[in-house]
Amino acid sequence: MSGHTDMVLVDKKGVRIDGRKADEHRPVHIEAGVLGNADGSAYLEIGKNKVLAAVYGPRECHPRHLQDPTKAIIQCKYNMQAFSVSDRKRPGPDRRSIEISKIIAEALEKVVLTELYPRASIDVYIEILQANAGTRCAGLTAASVALADAGIPMRDIVPAIAAGKADGHVLLDLNKEEDNYGEADVPLAIVPSTDEIVLLQMDGNMTRKEFDKALDMAFGACHELYDVQKAALKKRYAVSKEGDEDE
Amino acid sequence: MSEYVISEIKRDHIMNLLKEGRREDGRSVDDIRDIQIMTGCVESADGSARVKLGNTEVIAGVKIIPGTPFGDTPDSGVLTMGAELIPMAHPSFESGPPGENAIELARVVDRGIRESGMVDVKQLCITAGEEVWMCFVDMYALNYDGNLFDASNLAAVCALRTAVIPGEQYGKGQNRPLPVTCTPVSVTSVKIGNDLILDPNFDEEMISSARLTVTTDDKGNFRAMQKGGNGSITRDELNLCLDRAVEKGKAVRKIIG
Repeated sequence: MSGHTDMVLVDKKGVRIDGRKADEHRPVHIEAGVLGNADGSAYLEIGKNKVLAAVYGPRECHPRHLQDPTKAIIQCKYNMQAFSVSDRKRPGPDRRSIEISKIIAEALEKVVLTELYPRASIDVYIEILQANAGTRCAGLTAASVALADAGIPMRDIVPAIAAGKADGHVLLDLNKEEDNYGEADVPLAIVPSTDEIVLLQMDGNMTRKEFDKALDMAFGACHELYDVQKAALKKRYAVSKEGDEDE
Repeated sequence: MSEYVISEIKRDHIMNLLKEGRREDGRSVDDIRDIQIMTGCVESADGSARVKLGNTEVIAGVKIIPGTPFGDTPDSGVLTMGAELIPMAHPSFESGPPGENAIELARVVDRGIRESGMVDVKQLCITAGEEVWMCFVDMYALNYDGNLFDASNLAAVCALRTAVIPGEQYGKGQNRPLPVTCTPVSVTSVKIGNDLILDPNFDEEMISSARLTVTTDDKGNFRAMQKGGNGSITRDELNLCLDRAVEKGKAVRKIIG
């Protein structure tokens, strides 16, 4: 958002550097149930982002003073692996990842039926293997699938995607260059069955009109991602229906 | 903060009042509390402000020192913000390194100030690629009665507006005011039941399900937003928050002067 470049991010025909149109998101691939030990897991790629999410629980809550006698708590750890960005990222939590973990856990709390598991903890681990802008949304989208894969009762699954602004154009799902040299970024996550907003951030510079347009795009794309999430879960459990797998 | 319990009777009282559009302290749903600003309250800082938003009180201090620039911005100064929720401010705050609430607070204030371009970091270059002014803003909650986001933003903005680059102290030219270009103002709404209220006090904040902070610039454009809390907001509720953020942002900017 702060950088400057002579690069043309959107050409005269409205085509972006990776060939997409303004309201087009990057290709998405989601696979549910990819890890052996976790109670639920998912692998997600959107463009060059590669994300793994794993869920453990409901299980005993540690540290115990965080226990809530009325419901389960959701603990999320979002982590960028050291090799996920061009410069090596110093391992361990930083301020950015702590903030992202917090807002992802809050977004998931809205849909998980936490009241069924008092005193328990549902632990969500998100590992970014490769980052190319939009990792918090990719992580949340994957985490929702992993929660469903873990068999945790939920009201709905949560898709997330960002919209933003670059070269004066409102664009869906910014890539790395558009994010670095663009003018604004708006990550959004919704509950698709009700269109409620569970995650919303914004930084940059946008007029009301631009913001509304960005939000329209992101809402539309969230519904598309929702279909991909459901398809991934169906694919995973269609196998066990045929009796090929013990689940 | 979240472990603090509000009694059912108090919760019901607040919600019943809201049904009639009223609040405990007599405000209407879109009123913000009185603002008191005291700048220059700490001489050892290069800029400081102590702000009261109702009973919520925050102090912010700026320290500006020479340092090395980041590799990708060799000719720009550095802006860093931190917040601490110290035990003196509330019985629920514990000592120790900043937790996730303090980190989120600092990062949301940081985002509004950074993205609005309030501090002209290009003018903080001493020798490109070698030496720039590094501007540290540290915020401490002194008394917590809800809405630390807006109080901290206010304190940081007021401290920065009065900050002076201490050139003489470091033999780097004359003292000069920190170059600031605009006044970013954040306005926070919370959702209680199906009601949206501005500038929540402690009790209101504790029983709220969702929070939205919106930072606008002098033109009323959006510079930063952050939704928090386990609850959700609808698109219509979002629009109401945005309208109020623009309107109240203008009013607060007038108070800042």
